Amino acid sequence: MFAYVVKRLISGVLVVALVSMAIFLLFWYGPSSPAQPICDRETSNRCTPARLEVYERTLGYDNPVYVEYGKFVSGVFGGRTITIASSEYECAAPCLGVSYRTKQPVKEELVSRMPATFSVAVGGAFLYLLFGVPIGVAAARRRGTVTDKALVSSFLFISSIPYYLFALLTWLYLTITFEVPLFSDTGYFPIADNGPFKWFSGLFLAWVALGIFGCTQYTRFTRGAMVEALSEDYIRTAKAKGLPTRTIVYKHGLRAALVPVVTIFGIDFGTLLAGTIFTERIFEIQGIGWWALEAVQGRDLPVVQATALFSAVVLIISNLLVDVVYSVLDPRVRLS
Amino acid sequence: MTSVPVTQSSAAAAAAEADGPFLRVEDLKVTFPTEDGPVTAVQGLSYSVEKGKTLGIVGESGSGKSVSSMAVMGLHDAKSAQISGSIRVGGTEVVGLSESRMRGLRGNAMAMIFQDALAALHPFYKIGAQLEEAYLVHHSSASKRDARRKAIEMLDRVGIPQPDRRVDDFPHQFSGGMRQRAMIAMGLINDPSLLIADEPTTALDVTVQAQILDLLQDLQREFNSAVIIITHDLGVIAEMADDVLVMYAGRCVEFGTTKQILTTPEMPYTWGLLSSVPDVSSSTDARLIPIPGNPPSLLRPPPGCSFHPRCVHTGKVAGDLCSTQLPELLPASTGTAHLKRCHLADPVGVYQSEVLPEIAPELLEETR
Amino acid sequence: MTQDPNARAEIEPTAVGANAAESGERQLGDGTSDAYGSHEVNVGDLDFRTLVEHGHTASELDPDAPAVLTVDNLKMYFPVKSSGLVRRTIGHVQAVDGISFEVPQGGSIGLVGESGCGKSTTGRLITRLYKPTGGSMMFDGHDLAKLSNREMKPLRRDVQMIFQDPYTSLNPRHTVGTIVGAPLEVHNVVPKNKVIPRVQELLEIVGLNPEHYNRYPNEFSGGQRQRIGIARALTLNPKVLVADEPVSALDVSIQAQVINLLQDIQSEFDVAFLFIAHDLAIVRHFCPEIAVMYLGKIVEIGDRETIYGKPHHPYTQALLSAVPDVKQAAVGGRRERIRLEGDVPSPINPPSGCRFRTRCQFAQEICAKVEPPLLQIGKRHKVACHFAGELGAHPATPVTTELLGVDDQGSPVPGAVPSNTQLTIPGYEKTWYDLRSKQTTGV
Repeated sequence: MFAYVVKRLISGVLVVALVSMAIFLLFWYGPSSPAQPICDRETSNRCTPARLEVYERTLGYDNPVYVEYGKFVSGVFGGRTITIASSEYECAAPCLGVSYRTKQPVKEELVSRMPATFSVAVGGAFLYLLFGVPIGVAAARRRGTVTDKALVSSFLFISSIPYYLFALLTWLYLTITFEVPLFSDTGYFPIADNGPFKWFSGLFLAWVALGIFGCTQYTRFTRGAMVEALSEDYIRTAKAKGLPTRTIVYKHGLRAALVPVVTIFGIDFGTLLAGTIFTERIFEIQGIGWWALEAVQGRDLPVVQATALFSAVVLIISNLLVDVVYSVLDPRVRLS
Repeated sequence: MTSVPVTQSSAAAAAAEADGPFLRVEDLKVTFPTEDGPVTAVQGLSYSVEKGKTLGIVGESGSGKSVSSMAVMGLHDAKSAQISGSIRVGGTEVVGLSESRMRGLRGNAMAMIFQDALAALHPFYKIGAQLEEAYLVHHSSASKRDARRKAIEMLDRVGIPQPDRRVDDFPHQFSGGMRQRAMIAMGLINDPSLLIADEPTTALDVTVQAQILDLLQDLQREFNSAVIIITHDLGVIAEMADDVLVMYAGRCVEFGTTKQILTTPEMPYTWGLLSSVPDVSSSTDARLIPIPGNPPSLLRPPPGCSFHPRCVHTGKVAGDLCSTQLPELLPASTGTAHLKRCHLADPVGVYQSEVLPEIAPELLEETR
Repeated sequence: MTQDPNARAEIEPTAVGANAAESGERQLGDGTSDAYGSHEVNVGDLDFRTLVEHGHTASELDPDAPAVLTVDNLKMYFPVKSSGLVRRTIGHVQAVDGISFEVPQGGSIGLVGESGCGKSTTGRLITRLYKPTGGSMMFDGHDLAKLSNREMKPLRRDVQMIFQDPYTSLNPRHTVGTIVGAPLEVHNVVPKNKVIPRVQELLEIVGLNPEHYNRYPNEFSGGQRQRIGIARALTLNPKVLVADEPVSALDVSIQAQVINLLQDIQSEFDVAFLFIAHDLAIVRHFCPEIAVMYLGKIVEIGDRETIYGKPHHPYTQALLSAVPDVKQAAVGGRRERIRLEGDVPSPINPPSGCRFRTRCQFAQEICAKVEPPLLQIGKRHKVACHFAGELGAHPATPVTTELLGVDDQGSPVPGAVPSNTQLTIPGYEKTWYDLRSKQTTGV
């Protein structure tokens, strides 16, 4: 097990290195000079070839790509000083660059935006597991009944709506049309500054949107896994032992059905942690997703690079965790 | 007379209830409603098993042999199965019994072991935990430690080496034979008076099969339980059962002692079963004669005798009796305990003169 | 058959048709297949005599049949990887370890043994689903063990396989016509417009309604699906069919139908069978010659009468005594049998010397030290045991010492010359080692 985790971590680091190289190359060999956006911004769109050349030189875009990638990597481990035109910026390790817009080190902004994204992800995931799994179990136990069919088809309907539309409609109706007081002011308000109630009410609508949408999917996953588990031979054995129905359904059935659900959840939650662009944008939450969106719009290359790298790292880690948890849940799986 | 199917005389049966057979099934009918209409998987089935005796139930897939035994255990979902008739386990009527009282009998007074032990044991729980659970559910006052001691004791009893260590293994860490032993240990942990073994050795190798059959016999002697063994292997029946019930399309088509059924069968389906399996010791001149066709659909069972579309002896019955009238389950010629459901007037003659010479030429010499 | 694949393609389908038409009696498609009930007709009018005519007695041995496939010292080791950071090969599963036998032309040899003995691996080696680790498999002048996958392709049509599970071995999304006809197209043997007639002909041969070629597998019962699998295997007129547990997934009454069909096909098309099964009674019926395997090795091989009548290996004896016998009903109770304790050891680390010794009641010191050779001890009988003998008459001292040049404890005798020249060939020699006289004798 330990050897397996070490092996997976090593390969994870390799993947991160490859991803970082790929991102680096993409910008380097993009259609326009990588210095073009910042030059445009700093000169108010009067970027002459001479000015562009200054930016290219100070940002190192006239060096070979591997030299600059080397500087980037050494910055990650040891920090570096970044020169943009005539100004110098200190960037402490782990340095992911300096935002072209704010001139702040990217890493610091990333860290400052994490709580918002984590709040959204944890709350949303909590809600959809809290409702999705039990509803799925209940539907599986009533398989084929009217309740089951109604539940399955209405949930299928909801999950067939594009998520951004669903989230937008939620916001539109609850905040704008009906002006529900609790939902009036969405956004991320740190507990330390605004107190828990403000934090809660700001995020609540985002959680509800994520929760309902996720719940429909997890109900279906759980129902499917549960129906399969309940038709297994060992359920018949459990019944033949004279166990009460609750024990049969939860201890024997759900225990087995949870394995696929946990697998899907691990990956899902990783994706949420890496930033939920739609949720954050629609509910005005200043998280990593929104930040990435802004960076793309403003062609803020270091930020785009950092957010892409961050989601790669989060997904690799959540994948590894899923595999480890899987081996804990299912004794037949031996990690090697 | 070990176990006689009760045809209609329920008055006499009720009198003998007190110390009669442990299990008494009367006129059992199991119907599953499906989208295409009701499927009657078992009907008109009556049999009984005494403690210390073994009843073998033979039949192919769809014959109702497993369905009827699951009805005895109350394992059918009340929503999807309609059960009528009577099943008395140790004097308790099981048909229509409340789920909570049924639960008290299941795994306690009666237990069932299944064919594929790998699938029938929960893959995520240790063998010991699964045995302990079976013990604790019927011994509410017992402690976890008592249960564990009992689990180890049972594993030891069924011949698992180092039971105190293996008790903490998961099912997949056991070999096929050991898993089936563990399954048997779990079935017997509450000392049931009735054990139903559904194809207990089908997935196993012959040497392991022999070990498991030995074990079942030893345990039966020790616990004096009534045993039902469901199988399609007539060899297993020959060595294990006292009585045999042959099922076809949900009905009993022949019943008798093992010797009666396997040496002087009177129903063409039983002949077909005997002639379609070769034997390790039979003459090489014996022919392998299949039963033509396929088992009938239970949704639209054939009229008359369910076996008539596959029967090659219908020509010996006058008129179209076979295809119009369901034969009664009547005493056969060899003895009162031997019953058969067939219109043939002289089954013994047909078997001796036509069937036996083809399937066991060497036996013919002996019987004459 | 190696000269020109196209020439063969032209000739063979018609040859089969003609062949089938000529032998009117043996033709299975002309309504007699109704006897097996695969067409949706009422078999109620069929009488017992007609049915009996189509039931076969046990297959007979043709002692003079030449070998169509010669397997010599065949080995298959699967690597076992370590679980550390670097995955080294730390051992091998010796699934098949040096087995030799011959498959007679148009005949059948049965492979029996318990799960994990290597019988299924052997079947997969012969159909080259695996590439063997060592040894040779001579077929039609080619060593199948050495050929690359590319070189194998033209030969694959000659060696086909029938699988155990008729439910999972047929692609549910393909029609029967596609399944049975696919080999024709892959090997490009008949023109496109001849594929369907050929498929229909094959369906007829295996007793299915030829009109059903455009149905899907789920519309057929288990027995019928197995017939489809057989038709697919027959499509390219193979010379060798590997049947791996062909009936064990079927209901009892259907098993006999399929076994009879295989016997029909064998006599009709002169195809040789390697018949792999754990059911000793079915193997006895189908195969006049049987090899018994234990833990990757053949421990005893011989004709039916010898193996079932007077087996000399303790394992064969134990195996046979464990089979429940219907005839026991006349006597009552259980049959006397040899109890084998424990489970089969791991093939990763098999016991030294004789692999059966850990469960053998006759095992002595020599069994752990020296592996017993597969010694020919009768006209068609070989056994690998130091204490080979009939049940109840196993010798007290090892019978192999003089041949191997060792003493009774298995230690080499100084100066003794092992004379095991005749021990390794796949077939049978004219002379053999007589256990009583400890001399080489002959016919």
